[in-house]
Amino acid sequence: MSDLPLRAQLAVALGRTASKVSRLAGRGDGSVIGGRIGLALDPELLTRLASARTLVLVSATNGKTTTTRLVASAMSSLGEVATNAFGANMPTGHVSALAGAPHAKYGVLECDEKYVPMVLRETGANIVLLMNLSRDQMDRAGEIWQLAGKWRKALDGADTHVVANCDDPLVTWGAATAKQVTWVAAGQAWREDSWCCPECGGPLNRDGANWACRQCHFSRPKPDWILHGGRVTAPGGRTFDLSLQLPGRANRSNAAMALAVVSLFGIQPEQAMPLLGQVKSVAGRYTTVQYQGRDLRLLLAKNPAGWLEAFDVLEPAPGPVALSINAQGPDGRDTSWLWDVDYRILRGRPVWATGERRLDLAARLEAAEVDFQVIDDIEQAVLAIPPGKLDVIANYTAFQDIRTRYGRAL
Amino acid sequence: MPSDSLKIVWIYPDLLSTYGDQGNCIVLERRAARRGISTRTVHVKSDEPVPVDGDIYLLGGGEDRPQILAAERLHRDGGLHRAAEYGSVIFAVCAGYQIMGHEFGGEEGQPVRGLGLLDIRSGRGEKRAVGEIAGDVDSSLNVPRITGFENHQGVTHLGPNALPLAKTIVGIGNGNGFEGAYKGHTVGTYMHGPALVRNPGLADLLLRWAVGRDLQPIDDSWAGRLRQERLAAVLPAH
Repeated sequence: MSDLPLRAQLAVALGRTASKVSRLAGRGDGSVIGGRIGLALDPELLTRLASARTLVLVSATNGKTTTTRLVASAMSSLGEVATNAFGANMPTGHVSALAGAPHAKYGVLECDEKYVPMVLRETGANIVLLMNLSRDQMDRAGEIWQLAGKWRKALDGADTHVVANCDDPLVTWGAATAKQVTWVAAGQAWREDSWCCPECGGPLNRDGANWACRQCHFSRPKPDWILHGGRVTAPGGRTFDLSLQLPGRANRSNAAMALAVVSLFGIQPEQAMPLLGQVKSVAGRYTTVQYQGRDLRLLLAKNPAGWLEAFDVLEPAPGPVALSINAQGPDGRDTSWLWDVDYRILRGRPVWATGERRLDLAARLEAAEVDFQVIDDIEQAVLAIPPGKLDVIANYTAFQDIRTRYGRAL
Repeated sequence: MPSDSLKIVWIYPDLLSTYGDQGNCIVLERRAARRGISTRTVHVKSDEPVPVDGDIYLLGGGEDRPQILAAERLHRDGGLHRAAEYGSVIFAVCAGYQIMGHEFGGEEGQPVRGLGLLDIRSGRGEKRAVGEIAGDVDSSLNVPRITGFENHQGVTHLGPNALPLAKTIVGIGNGNGFEGAYKGHTVGTYMHGPALVRNPGLADLLLRWAVGRDLQPIDDSWAGRLRQERLAAVLPAH
């Protein structure tokens, strides 16, 4: 950091002070405000902080916070790693993460999908991991075909190595212009956004994991890494068991992609696996909170693909479930997506609906013929069940509310 | 022929389904079933022919490219045109609404030929219209105030052979104080996604047209509470 120009050093120092003040005031982890002040004082701060480091960007609609953690954990064997561990995934958060670890030679940065082109340009990241794209917060995130097109443009000619999920046709198309790509067959549970060829718009034939356009040449590339069930096959054919504490198919997929990324640093799966296996919860996701004899497990689900993954890890029926939906800025103000989630899977369980948009949830659950109760406060669900387990699925700000209430430190 | 068994045709869910569009299918199926009317829903993908014997056709929203592809394929197919000639009910939202007109704006704002099933022309506006929308429906349709969410950059002009669906109270809609359009049994709206969820009256209008008779009222408690809440959120005096 001492080799930064004076103005940049000042920007970093003031940003850090602001972060600290924000944290002390209980306003979150402070990484956004700190980064904002730093960037206001020195617009090129991100480029300066990134230079002379080896950086990985991690982007996707779902799983980017968790996967960032997995990659950073595995890379910790190389030395100090700068990372935006709290999901502050825009340039302000990147500045805070890098400024907070001035001596780290490595950085693993979660990056909002829209910001991939800009952050790649400003940081010259060495590796970009692209995992999945699906409908998400349409009122602010925009349209994903367009987004994948922007990835294509940004990667064309860039001196970066891409690791991408070739089971997602749109991600494959977004990544295909990169000079070097490692393809990971990491699975795709949500397919409603990939019935058409991203290249020509023709119909995609899908046969198991394979897919190919019926009209043009575009088809699934041959994977270098393959996830099958709980095992991963690395290039060359060696196969490894994934032993994770994080639950579910989505996390096995995240872990497979993390292994592919860290192998580019020479970290072999057998070295990386024990580190991935230590990760239990990420920024509160999958955390179990004890409260009045109940075990509340907190699951974050922000969009239809995310709900599919949350359903995959639920306690078996008739395990009780509480759902909480808000529609503030970070959630997207439009709740239409609830109608893309198939809630019929919740039939036969006690279900509670809460959050600011509990009436949207009620109309949706009624249509899915799920028995439910609408409650004003999550506590009513907690106290309604006998001591035992309760799965709580919530979207972004609803999740943060519940987390704050039942213990942020956990 | 109006009958008490309805065929609902969802046009191109592979191209025109961006955000909860299947909610409209679900609402129609359920509201029909509660009146003892059986339904059969057919999902027609964009490489399949559009059946001409549907009672209600639904078109959803889509990004620019899929919208253009859908318009091309529907032209080539011709099935929806024939269904419209037979007087079938068509309910089209957002990108689907624009497709129904003579032309709409493509990725770069270039004019793209639409289906000409509604006398409207759409282009690209200056900025995106994103947010809650509410409006008073043309009184001849006898449908209560509508509430929905819009997310589009279209500006739509109505020709002499189409009537506006509603007068906008909140939101942008067509861009000139009105929202949506209708003619005969064809309705288009900028309320995107599951527009019928908050508007059971509009869902019942489509069902009434399809079966050719009045329907008995049903209990709308959750949909009714949701509508009241959404209307109250944007119309403080409501």
